[in-house]
Formats: sequence, C-alpha cells, structure tokens
Amino acid sequence: MRKVWDLIGGVHPPENKHQSVQSCIGTLPLPEKLIIPLNQHIGAPPKLLVAEGDSVLKGQVLAEPNGMVSAGIHAPTSGIISEISAHSIPHPSGMAARCITLVPDGHDRWADIKGVENYREHSPEELLDVIRQAGIVGLGGGGFPTAVKLGTQQSISTLIINSSECEPYITADDMLIREHAKDIVEGIKILSFILGEPEEILIGIEDNKPEAYEALEPYLQDTNIELVEFTTRYPSGGEKQLIQILTGKEVPNGGLPADIGIVCQNIGTTYAVQRAIQQGEPLISRVTTVTGNACETNKNYLVLIGTPISHLLEHSGFDQSKCPRLIMGGPMMGFTLEDLNIPVIKTTNCILAPTGEELPTPPPAQPCIRCGMCAEACPASLLPQQLFWHAQSHNYEHLEAHNLFDCIECGACSYVCPSNIPLVQYYRAAKGEIRKLSLEKINSDRARERFEFQKTRKEKEEAGKAVKREARKKAAEQARAKKANNPSGNTETSPADDIIKAAMARAEAQKASPQEQRAKLERGIVRAESHLESVQKRLNTLEQDATEKQREQALAALEDAQLRLKDAQQKLADLTLPSDTNVSNTEKTVMEKSQASPREALEKKIATLKERIVITLKKIAEADDESLKTALQNGLEKQQTKLKDTEQQLAETPAQTNESTTTPETENAAAAAIARAQAKAADQASMSDEDKLKATVESLQNRLIKAQEKLASAESEGSEHIDAFRSGVEKLQAKLTAAEAQLAQETQ
Amino acid sequence: MYDIIAQYPLSAALVALTGLSVVFGAVLGYAAIKFKVEGDPIVEQIDKLLPQTQCGQCGYPGCRPYAEAIANGDTINKCPPGGQTTINAIADLLDVEAPSLDEEHGEESDVKTVAYIREDECIGCTKCIQACPVDAILGAAKLMHTVIVSECTGCDLCVEPCPVDCIDMLPVAKGPGDWKWDMPATTEEQIKNLHSHDIIATDQNNNDNGKQDGGNAS
Repeated sequence: MRKVWDLIGGVHPPENKHQSVQSCIGTLPLPEKLIIPLNQHIGAPPKLLVAEGDSVLKGQVLAEPNGMVSAGIHAPTSGIISEISAHSIPHPSGMAARCITLVPDGHDRWADIKGVENYREHSPEELLDVIRQAGIVGLGGGGFPTAVKLGTQQSISTLIINSSECEPYITADDMLIREHAKDIVEGIKILSFILGEPEEILIGIEDNKPEAYEALEPYLQDTNIELVEFTTRYPSGGEKQLIQILTGKEVPNGGLPADIGIVCQNIGTTYAVQRAIQQGEPLISRVTTVTGNACETNKNYLVLIGTPISHLLEHSGFDQSKCPRLIMGGPMMGFTLEDLNIPVIKTTNCILAPTGEELPTPPPAQPCIRCGMCAEACPASLLPQQLFWHAQSHNYEHLEAHNLFDCIECGACSYVCPSNIPLVQYYRAAKGEIRKLSLEKINSDRARERFEFQKTRKEKEEAGKAVKREARKKAAEQARAKKANNPSGNTETSPADDIIKAAMARAEAQKASPQEQRAKLERGIVRAESHLESVQKRLNTLEQDATEKQREQALAALEDAQLRLKDAQQKLADLTLPSDTNVSNTEKTVMEKSQASPREALEKKIATLKERIVITLKKIAEADDESLKTALQNGLEKQQTKLKDTEQQLAETPAQTNESTTTPETENAAAAAIARAQAKAADQASMSDEDKLKATVESLQNRLIKAQEKLASAESEGSEHIDAFRSGVEKLQAKLTAAEAQLAQETQ
Repeated sequence: MYDIIAQYPLSAALVALTGLSVVFGAVLGYAAIKFKVEGDPIVEQIDKLLPQTQCGQCGYPGCRPYAEAIANGDTINKCPPGGQTTINAIADLLDVEAPSLDEEHGEESDVKTVAYIREDECIGCTKCIQACPVDAILGAAKLMHTVIVSECTGCDLCVEPCPVDCIDMLPVAKGPGDWKWDMPATTEEQIKNLHSHDIIATDQNNNDNGKQDGGNAS
C-alpha cells in the first residue's frame, strides 16, 4: 500500500452523488440543432474551415488549431451549417461568442476516420499531432489543450491520472470508469508511451467510488499503473492538491507540475485520447451529469458537444418552477446559467438543477468575525481573511503579496464561513481587477514609449532642419556680402577664400591615416628599388657600346633612383615614430619647405603689385585731367603685365618643385594644391575674362613647349614613356587650339 | 600627543572639527557626484501613474509634461482618462487630499474607445497621422489611412483635424475574455437592497417607506 499524504485544509460537503449513479450512461436523441462555440479551450481561437450552408459529416473538422496553444473543433453529427454567428456560451459572464450552428440531417453519417493501428510504432510527436488534431482538451474543467500539456520539454517521472471527482453531485468520471475501464487503461498506456514511460503512473481516486475502483482493478494487473485510493475530502481533485496527496510534493508558486516532473491528466481525457488514437474519433461528445431535485431523472448522458442544455433538461423531466437557479458545474465551483439555450461544451461535466430547499440562496453576508475557519479550510494554505480585507479595500499590492494568485477558487472558505461572506467572489473580482490593471500598465508603458520615441524623432527632425536653415542663412549672407563688396574692388578675397577652402578640404581628404601613409611609403620604396634595379641593368647593357653622353645620363638616372630610395626609407623611418611627433615633424618639414621655396617671395611680389594696381585704379578714377589719366593707364598696363609675369612664374614654381620631389608625399601635395588654388584665385580675381583666356592660352603654350621638349628628349633617349608624352602633347595642343578659338571669339 | 591636546584644548578642538568637516565634506561631495539622481524622481513616479493616453485634455502636450506640471504644483484633477482612480493614486503618492475630477477638462468615461477610420471616405491627407501622439495611424499622402487598434490610446486627437470627418471613436468590443467578476455588494448595499421583512426590527429606519411589499429576497 502506497503512502498517501493528507490534503491541507479542505471541507466535506454532502456528496449527493448517489442520485446520478443509479442507471448507466444514457444517450439522447439528436437535438434540433447543435451550437458549437469556436473557443472551448484556453488559448487562441481555432481557424474556421467551413462556411454557412456547408454540409458536413460526423467527425469532420470545422475549425483547425491556430497557433501553439489551440484546439480544433469537429462536427458532432452529419448535417448542414446553418449559421455562424454570436451566441451565448457557457461562461459566468453570460456573454455571447462566435458559434457554429449545425442542423443535424438525422443520418449521423461518419466522415472517413481511421485510428492508429499500433501506436507503439509511431513517434510520440506523431501521436501528439493526432491528439492535437482531434481537438482534445482537459475534460476535468480546465480546458487546456492536452497535446500542449503532454508535449512538455521537461522529463516526466510521474504521470497522475485524476479521477478524484471531488465536487459534490458530479459523477461523470465515476460512470465513465465503470463502463469504459478497459479503454481508459489503454488510454493511460498511450499517455505513458507519449511521455516516454514515466517511472510512476498513479490513478488517484477518492474512497467514495468503490465501484469504479473495482472496475479498474482487473485491467491494472501486469501493468505498472498504481491505483491509489484516499479519503474523500473536497477539493482533493485540484491538480496541485492531488499531486500533494499522492506524492507529497508541492508545485512551486507560479510554476507548473511539469517543473517537478509530474503531468496530471483527467481520466475523461485519457478516454478521449484512446478514442482519438485507436479509433480516430475526434472529441465530439462527452459524459455529462444531469442531476438535482428539479430533474425527475438524475443520470449521466453521453452528450454531443453543442447540444443545448434545454434539450438535456427536456429529456430529464426538468421542472423550471422548482429550480431558482440552474448551475453549470458543481455546487462549489460552478456558475449560474441565465439562458437555457446555451450548449454543452468540452468542459461541461455537470448540469445541476437543484430546488430552492436543496441549495438555498445564501443569506446576506454578515461582518467577518475573524473566526479563522476559512484559513483552516484553505487547501492552498492562504490567509483568506487577509485577502478579504485587502480585496475590500482594493489593496492590490497586498493581495499579490499574500499570494492571491495561488488561490484555486475552490470555495472551501466561503463554504465554512459562518458569516456567509462570498469570499471567492471577492478573490475572483480582485484577480480580474489585477489582471486588468497589469494589462493597462503594459499598454500605457507601450504608449509612453511610443510617445517618447515620437518626441525624440520630431526633435531630431527639427534639429536637422535648423542646421540646414542656418547653413542656408550663412550662404545667403555671404552672397550678400560678396555682392556688397564687389563694387569697392575687394573681389579677390571671397572667391579666393572659397577656392582655398575647397583645396584645403581636398588636401584634408587626401591626408591619409598613419597606416595608409605607411603602406603608401612602403609601396614607394618597393617601386624605387625596382626602378633602381632597372636603371642598373640599363647601365650594364650600355657599358659595351655606348657614347659618353648616354653613359652620363644613365649614371645620373642611377643616382637619382638611389636618392629616391633613400628619401623614401627616411620617410618610412619618420613614420614609425609615435604618431603625434610624426605629425609635428611633417608639419615642420612642410613649413621649412615653404619657407625655403621661392614661392613666398613671388607671392609677396604679387600682393604688392596688386596693391599698387588698386591704388592706380583709384587714382584713375580720381583723375580729371585727360593726359594724367592716359599716363596712369599706361602705368597700370605695365603693372598688370608685370603682375601677369610674376603670376606666371609663380604658377610654374610649384610645378618645378613637384618635379624635384621624388616620393609621393601627401602634405606636400596638399601644400601645393593650396598654393595652386591661391595662385589661381589671385589670377582670376585680378583678371577680366579676356585676360584670363589670354593667360590660359599663354600657360598652355608654355606647357606645350615644355611637353614638346620632354618628348624630344624622350625620343632621343628611347624612353619607354614616349607614347604617354606624345599623347600628352596632343592633348595640350587640342586644349590650346580650343582656348585660342575661344579667345578669338571673345575678342570679336 | 595628549600633552599637546591638554595644553591647547581650544585649538585641538578646532583642528578636530575642521578635520572632520573636511572629511565629511569630501564624502558628501563624492556621494553627490557618484549617486547623482538624473531627472526628477517624483516626475517619473507621477508619470507612471498617469494613463499615458497623451490626449492633452489636461492642457499639457502629453502625460509627462502634466506630470512635470504636477511636480511644480499644478492641481492633480485634470486627467479625465485616468479618472478618480488616477487622482487617488497621485494624491496617495503626494500625500495630499484627493480632489474630485475637474469636469472642465472632460468627463470620465468607463468605456475605452479606439479611433476607427472609415477607409472608403479617407482622402489621404495625413493630418490625423501628424496629430497622433503615439504613431498609431498608418498611411501615406493620397493613400488610405488606418488605425493600429492595439496601439491606439483613444485620445481622439485625430478626430478634429480630419477634413472629411471620417474618424469615429468606437468603443472597444468586449468578449468573454475581457470579462471579470464583479465585487460582491458590500453589507450596506445588501441591506439597502433587502426588503423590510428581511431586516430585524431594530435595523429598520423610522422613515422607511417600504411597506411589506412582499417578494423574494434579492
């Protein structure tokens, strides 16, 4: 005999089970219509597969599971879908929900269904899918999809079958065991197989069902299934309570039985699983107890899901005048039905029609006298009194601190309360309120987040716009300043500045990171080395039959190449120094170079020349004597030609220095670019269009001459770059002709 | 050491006090920097209690600005969406008397609403999109707009800007899933609902006009 733990708390209300176990499970004629609610389980509503007017066969899928926690529904008989609309459903709220109305055709024709021949040859996943497709949910009252519960990822050591059926009046499981014990045991074996053969399989049964015990016992020989009987006490059938009674283990707060390696299934569910796996029959009917003194016959029926309660009661000799309230479920946890047309659903285990004397309306609640009987009765070891105070004062924080959500709403506390306080109703209301508040909190947090996000986004947009506006404003101001300065002759500054800026930006962009510079320098060294090699080779080949001049040239080239290589190596060594000193070093060299170059002198000269031109222009403007004016203009022309000459010289200087520099060097390039830009700007500032053109023509001519010279020398030397030189000369010539043509046009 | 202290008690005390003040000053200064609280914590707390509809009925552009205003001394009864519950919660937080809702800013409504755009009438002007404080309206210029119901706070700020008046505020549909049990009637309410013959003689009011009208207990 197995050790059985005691139920904590609990009550023992009058059982009233004998009335409905006098006759076997009955069947009912087909009702006029079946009303099948879409959502009969906990989880997502299933996806509808039929439309109004469709004719369906018995067992045909009406809606398939939609999502992980969901269950399908099936046609309980063959017939026509007459309506899919909102209809009142069995729910304490008495609210309406979407239902399929099926008008039976009376033939009760089965769809093509087929069971699994030998379930042991299939994988648990396949069997779980069959269970899922069959729409099986926990038939004890929870309505949680069975496939989800069985598909737990935790390893299960104990499977508990709940046939406690502790609530008074209800005998549906009792009668089912008596009549289908063999199939039930078969179903338990299937569950055990799916769960990977747990070590323990326990059937928990109260000692008020000796017939059921006897019916089960013969089928449990030679199996590892243990039938455990314990004292009748409400609410021993609660999942957590049954686990506590059978194993002594407690399900952690907020956890699931699977967390401690236990799965608990109602015995009706095991029968449904057996039907689904071995016969292929989906869940389309269940055993429901119809009892109470307001009914003439009290018995259990195998009821099709969707049968209106009125149909059940009609065949049980129900007298409405004797029954002040009709209850779905038991007297402890059931709820009152307002409408007789609501259907039986998968979780409907009892329709209770008591007379007024049998189950009197509770008298008005009296103040709590703090007797503490509720705390003694509570099977979850809570403090019902404290919960009651806090629920009354809507003190939700304290309620949660007192573990309100561990309350299973069994009603034991209300049952024992001498003041008739409807305690459970307080807890249910408080739970609903807390759930609503937490949902609102989530929503408001999300709204806040979205609001803040929108705010920051708008601020960002605004800031971006402001920056653009500022930039536009500045540009406009500059343009205005330029316009204002133009007549006074200060033109050289602003466009020159612009061009200088652009050049500086380009130089900045060119300035590479130290790594890149290094890589570049290394490449330069390699190049210089190869060049040196080739020069040496040439020198060697020349040695036999070469003129003196050629040899000299070759030697010079060799020296040049050696110098280049040295220079590049020196630069690389510089670079390997810490970066900051490196930067300052390069800066210094640039400075020195610029100081050493003749450019400065030239620039100074240009600046003084310009000043003089300006002064002369002023003088011309002021002069009133004709002869003085011509003299001044002559002077001016001379000054301008001088200026042009110096500028020409200046323009040529960077080119020459560039030629003399041997390795590619970014800083130098930058400085040169700046210088070029400055020179160009200075030129442009002081010249008219015609002058500019002339200058370009001149410079082009100069460049052409130089290029031709180079070409000639390359031809005489037999250089490999002859083609490049030639094409350069051609291009220059083309440019020159174009510039000349333009100049001709201008002068006309 | 002791001799020196005994010799110059005043100076010693001064030195000790100065030393202490320097040490504690340093500690406090460090703590002030290290444990500096960003923003105003009371504003955060008030903001948490507000319903975040961002409707602006309080006269501020959103819930947070109103929370800031409350922290700066504004009255706490300007939030119709939050209603008396929110007022009570804020009063509780600030430890002040809870006033009743200022009807000037709107009435409290039990029914939660969401915006609904009659899509065939929408001309795609994007005015409602700009008005929505929580980006719950979807659409583009000259294309039909629609409301993301799950994100809509029901602030009805989008209704007014609509040039073709195609936005309705519809109550949120309630199903059995949203239903919750009601609190049982309090003892006083139960007694009020009782018929006079259910009450013992001493409970009866003198001016009770219920004259044995029979019937059942409620």
